[in-house]
Amino acid sequence: MATLSKRSCLKFLLHLAQDNLDFRLPEIKALLAVRGKPFHPDENFKEKSPFWCLDGLCEDDVRAIMARSVCAKSAFELWGHGETHSDLQTSLLNYPLENMSPFMHKDSTYRINVYTFNKTLEFTDRIKRIDALEYLPFEGTVSLKRAQHIFCLLEDYGTDPNNIPDNPYYVYFGRWIADGQRELIRSHSVKNRHFIGNTSMDAGLSFIMANHAKVKENDVVFDPFVGTGSLLVACSHFGAYVCGIDIDYNTIHGRGRSSRKNQKWRGPDENIRANLRQYGTEKMYLDVMVSDASKSVWRNAALFDAIITDPPYGIRESTRRTGSHKDIPRPPDAIYLESHVPVSLAYHLNDIFTDLLNFSAHHLVMGGRLVYWLPVYRPEYSEEMVPLHPCLQLVSNCEQTLSSHTARRLITMEKIKEPQPGLQLQRDNDYTESDDLIVEEIPSGQVNQILAEFISRDASTLIHQSTRLYQGPHQLCACYHSSPHTHTVLHTYSVKKQMLSVHFVTLFVPFIFERTENITSYCEMSCLPVWRGCGCNV
Amino acid sequence: MKLLTHNMLMSHVKGVTKGYPLLIKATEVKVNEVEFNPQFVSRMIPKVEWSALVKAAEELGHRQDLPAELLADYEKNEEFLKKVHKVLLEVEVIEGCLQCPESGREFPITKGIPNMLLNEDEV
Repeated sequence: MATLSKRSCLKFLLHLAQDNLDFRLPEIKALLAVRGKPFHPDENFKEKSPFWCLDGLCEDDVRAIMARSVCAKSAFELWGHGETHSDLQTSLLNYPLENMSPFMHKDSTYRINVYTFNKTLEFTDRIKRIDALEYLPFEGTVSLKRAQHIFCLLEDYGTDPNNIPDNPYYVYFGRWIADGQRELIRSHSVKNRHFIGNTSMDAGLSFIMANHAKVKENDVVFDPFVGTGSLLVACSHFGAYVCGIDIDYNTIHGRGRSSRKNQKWRGPDENIRANLRQYGTEKMYLDVMVSDASKSVWRNAALFDAIITDPPYGIRESTRRTGSHKDIPRPPDAIYLESHVPVSLAYHLNDIFTDLLNFSAHHLVMGGRLVYWLPVYRPEYSEEMVPLHPCLQLVSNCEQTLSSHTARRLITMEKIKEPQPGLQLQRDNDYTESDDLIVEEIPSGQVNQILAEFISRDASTLIHQSTRLYQGPHQLCACYHSSPHTHTVLHTYSVKKQMLSVHFVTLFVPFIFERTENITSYCEMSCLPVWRGCGCNV
Repeated sequence: MKLLTHNMLMSHVKGVTKGYPLLIKATEVKVNEVEFNPQFVSRMIPKVEWSALVKAAEELGHRQDLPAELLADYEKNEEFLKKVHKVLLEVEVIEGCLQCPESGREFPITKGIPNMLLNEDEV
């Protein structure tokens, strides 16, 4: 028994991948929270380092984390560490023998790996390092192929690839426990998925989102902007039953134009259910529906364990909701004739999040989590812009930079309180004299002049420029055009207002001297010209 | 559309106060085999509106003698759980519609997918 309690005071070393740095800590914390364990790093903890030492855990906790984490590469039971190899030796010689001996047995097999972060080591140097560890009381035999116990010497040469020291800043030695789930990034890559769209979430991030949301086996997870179901794929992999809605009939039914370069139309088996089938999780599929997230179709109860979503930002897919308006141009895609799809209306960005938070407060179980992406304009971003709700506690807020001016933030919230009857966050009505989308037609003669004005501007003034093209601050539309002669041009126009001032930058690349005869039509959403050969998908 | 989902849906037609449960008018129903997971079924039973579930199963002809009242101590009753599993996850409406019990408005189901969108004038 004494051995057992000693072994529960073990230290563990996590070796993390150096990407999505901001997302790692919330992921590990969430996975620990599923086990009811706190995140307790040692005194040398540096969040940006690839090496984290944790206290207060047992081996089962660590195995459970590694069975889910996409940020962590490997985990080790830490036996010794120090700034130099000599310190490491001291540390190892001080490590209790009874903690080592179960793995040093003379009938056992073992091997020692050497891992160097930010430096490549010659083979001979690796061997020297291993030989230098001969003071350790190994009694078993070395087996390179089938070792029962694997040990690792890890050396940290810092994070600056242009300044690699001769000697490591820090060294660790430990017993390998498990690897993380980074293989999922490759195995579930969107490149090989049956059914994708322009905004399918990449595999790594979708698994990270599922982890941030503490998705567990037998949970029910809902995505109100499900698109092609990438987030449902990740959640189903972790044992959750999944459902989603989307306002776009064609995407839900898997119809329409393909997002793949060499494919024009989608094939017959391209839909969300087929994606789950591809990865063997079709049994976790509940349902998808064509529905408007702003008009809830669910009865008033705590139905979902987690709500995980990537709402439209108005950049790559236009934001829409159903509503009445006489003059809205009908989207040009006329494929869905047999099922009436109501006229779409600009869904103001603020409202998406207000509705999402209200919905989550009412329909999440207590302790359930909402995880979603919030688009931000970096030069003006501040923490007050993250929407709040009295029943939801903000757990984390991680930025993924998209460009110098734009980013999106992964927001995680946890339900801590039931809403009072009738409690709803109010939509921000300050700017809506009417709900109308007002778009000004640009006479064709003026197009080149307007383009010429844009060319010499930098991004921040383009926003002000755009409000001159349109009447009032209402417009919210997004167009994604690419010209064969220049670079991809991405422009959005946004509402600048209040608590959710979200501006998107118009990323006009200079050289937009398109000749007027190459303009084939005008985009119905923005009224900007669409060029011959343009990859516009609106 | 599975009956677990149907059990959670409500009519959102403007002005309707008694929009639950939606009536099911099915023209094509399929029963697919789905791996039985007793923990999940046990977990879902307290979440569902039991009488609405039984009514829906009855409407589709798949009630298979489910009781009108929930059995006590169902977690250990594997036979019962299997019947609930079938009704919640294996029976699917492929074609048909859902109907608001108060307004009569119908929401079509095509290829197993309900379309819950309201028209401009109903919103």
